[in-house]
Amino acid sequence: MKIQNLPVEHLLQKRKALRRELLENAHSPIKIAVLGGVTTHEVVDLLELLLLADGFLPAFYQSDYNRYYEEAVLEPEQLRAFQPDIVYVHTHWKNLHHLPPVDATEGEFQERTSDELERYQTIWNSIQEFAGCQIIRNNFENPPVRILGSQDSVSHGGTTRFIHELNREFARAARGSRSLLVHDLNALAAAMGHAQWFDWGRWYSYKMLTTPEANLAIAKSLAAMIGAIFGKTKKCLILDLDNTLWGGVIGEDGVNGIEIGKETAVAEAYTAFQEYCLALRRRGVLLAVCSKNDPDAAKSGFSHPASILALEDFAAFKANWESKDRNIREIAEELNLGLDSFVFVDDNPAERAIVSAQLPEVTVPDVGSEVALYPAILEAGHFFEVVSLSKEDLQRTESYAANATRSTLKAKFASYDEYLDSLRMTADISPFQPIYLERITQLINKSNQFNLTTLRYTFTEIERIASDPNYTTCTARLSDVFGDNGLISVVIGHREGADLHIDLWLMSCRVLKRDVELAMLDYLVECAGNDRIERIVGYFSRTAKNAMVEDHYGKLGFTLQHRADDGSSSFWTLPVAGYLQRNKHILIESRAEVVK
Amino acid sequence: MNAAAIMAELQPIFSDVLDLPGLQLTPQSNATNVEGWDSLAHVNLVVAIEKRFGIKFALGELRDLKNVGEMVDLIQKKTER
Repeated sequence: MKIQNLPVEHLLQKRKALRRELLENAHSPIKIAVLGGVTTHEVVDLLELLLLADGFLPAFYQSDYNRYYEEAVLEPEQLRAFQPDIVYVHTHWKNLHHLPPVDATEGEFQERTSDELERYQTIWNSIQEFAGCQIIRNNFENPPVRILGSQDSVSHGGTTRFIHELNREFARAARGSRSLLVHDLNALAAAMGHAQWFDWGRWYSYKMLTTPEANLAIAKSLAAMIGAIFGKTKKCLILDLDNTLWGGVIGEDGVNGIEIGKETAVAEAYTAFQEYCLALRRRGVLLAVCSKNDPDAAKSGFSHPASILALEDFAAFKANWESKDRNIREIAEELNLGLDSFVFVDDNPAERAIVSAQLPEVTVPDVGSEVALYPAILEAGHFFEVVSLSKEDLQRTESYAANATRSTLKAKFASYDEYLDSLRMTADISPFQPIYLERITQLINKSNQFNLTTLRYTFTEIERIASDPNYTTCTARLSDVFGDNGLISVVIGHREGADLHIDLWLMSCRVLKRDVELAMLDYLVECAGNDRIERIVGYFSRTAKNAMVEDHYGKLGFTLQHRADDGSSSFWTLPVAGYLQRNKHILIESRAEVVK
Repeated sequence: MNAAAIMAELQPIFSDVLDLPGLQLTPQSNATNVEGWDSLAHVNLVVAIEKRFGIKFALGELRDLKNVGEMVDLIQKKTER
């Protein structure tokens, strides 16, 4: 069920019925503790609905009103017992304790800023200590009252300046800590405007500072952030061409007749949208074209001298007369992505309706036909939220483009073995290294298809596992003639007696069918030998997306020990003795010493 | 809008928010005799009512109401303005 576009009063009035309905399709349990400086129930009610609609099964703990500090620092027993995956600290401007008086000196201002910051650092440190989980915390919105007018953002006694300083410090703290994420409340308040954001009647009546609309905006933004933590962000933007990326119809107007460039107001709006799409691509979002068009005419649009986007910017390009839902299915197969990874933008409401009806997993925002508004509409949907940007993200688009070339190359070889050799692959297979822990956590939380157990881990857990001598971990980095694929596979196993249990095995779908799994098994067996392990035990648990690895262990020569009657899970074993090396096509380049 | 019409609009709002499909709202209904009408439900009811009638209750206006009948009177007054 899609609830994204329902107005807040509808969500609140029908909440209990909606909740019942959504519960039927929710399956990923997640525990969220909300520590509030204001009454948090409405935000939590809305957040619950949004998370349920995204497939999460959230359980909430809410602090008593305005006891966020006490429950985090002084009496954390209840919070600790709840064992949260995420702690969200929901405070507003109203909760600031050390606001400077108007006549404060610069020294006093600095002192107050650091006192306030220290108070929050105490909260974060305490949560880290006893819960060791992800912390999300608001920065502060600009104050609605500026006693000093414009000087409020300049003066030592300015509340506005105080908040700006504090927000800067929060951002600095978040940059320095993987477990702390800043939720940009200030941006949400600015986008909505203070008149629509603050509700003084509700503040005095129920200690709820913001309007229902503001609370929905907060809940949507939080849901996107939580989705990003668990890898549910969209990965690809699919674009129509005529009257979406340029004005006019390329098949009729020709490349010289379409509107793009800086010459007219309309052309400028299309140029701005192309620039927005290019900016998304540069931060790792894939772009694809799905257009009802003659393929040559469609491509010619990008030869326009003012075109911002070039053909190489697209990971997939479908221009034909087939239905768009069918084309989008093909794009999903080509890119090896689930349908729920896509956002589809088309100015034509009929096309949006068909795709939305035929492919309910695809996100189809109601963009209307005014291209000038498209960037703002996409922004408001929070579709491509990220919690951290790695170098791999920024290189990903190139890597997908190189994949297309690899597929072309593949067609010319007599055998698949010959093709694999032609790729001249080299891999570095090593235990978890500190510099990769961020990338490892990111892969663990966003890989769905080649993922045997789909267990999710937080950065802190990965950090602990990396240094725990009872664990065997490994990662693979793969390079080939087309370039570096980066870190693409992760295994976590723990040792118990003479058994090595493989808790997690996943691989990026960019490098399927390249024998990386064979090279990793060779490595695991080698480690097992060093650790006097006699048997490797592998597990499979089925999800909606990982059917491709159902027989992973079977293909690797493991023996099936048990399979659940409904096939939802299985476990397998492989004796270490007598194992013969499997990998033939990948050169193992350097291998960090096998650490115990 | 007359009192009966306002009452008819309130009925589904209360049923939905309190999740009581069989609820029969009367002018005598109040927080003590309607199941689940607690302070949290109250906030939801107020939002739904304000949006439905396009009104905004002033601070303290709801505090002195004894039951739904009085709320209907207040809504009537505010929508007629």
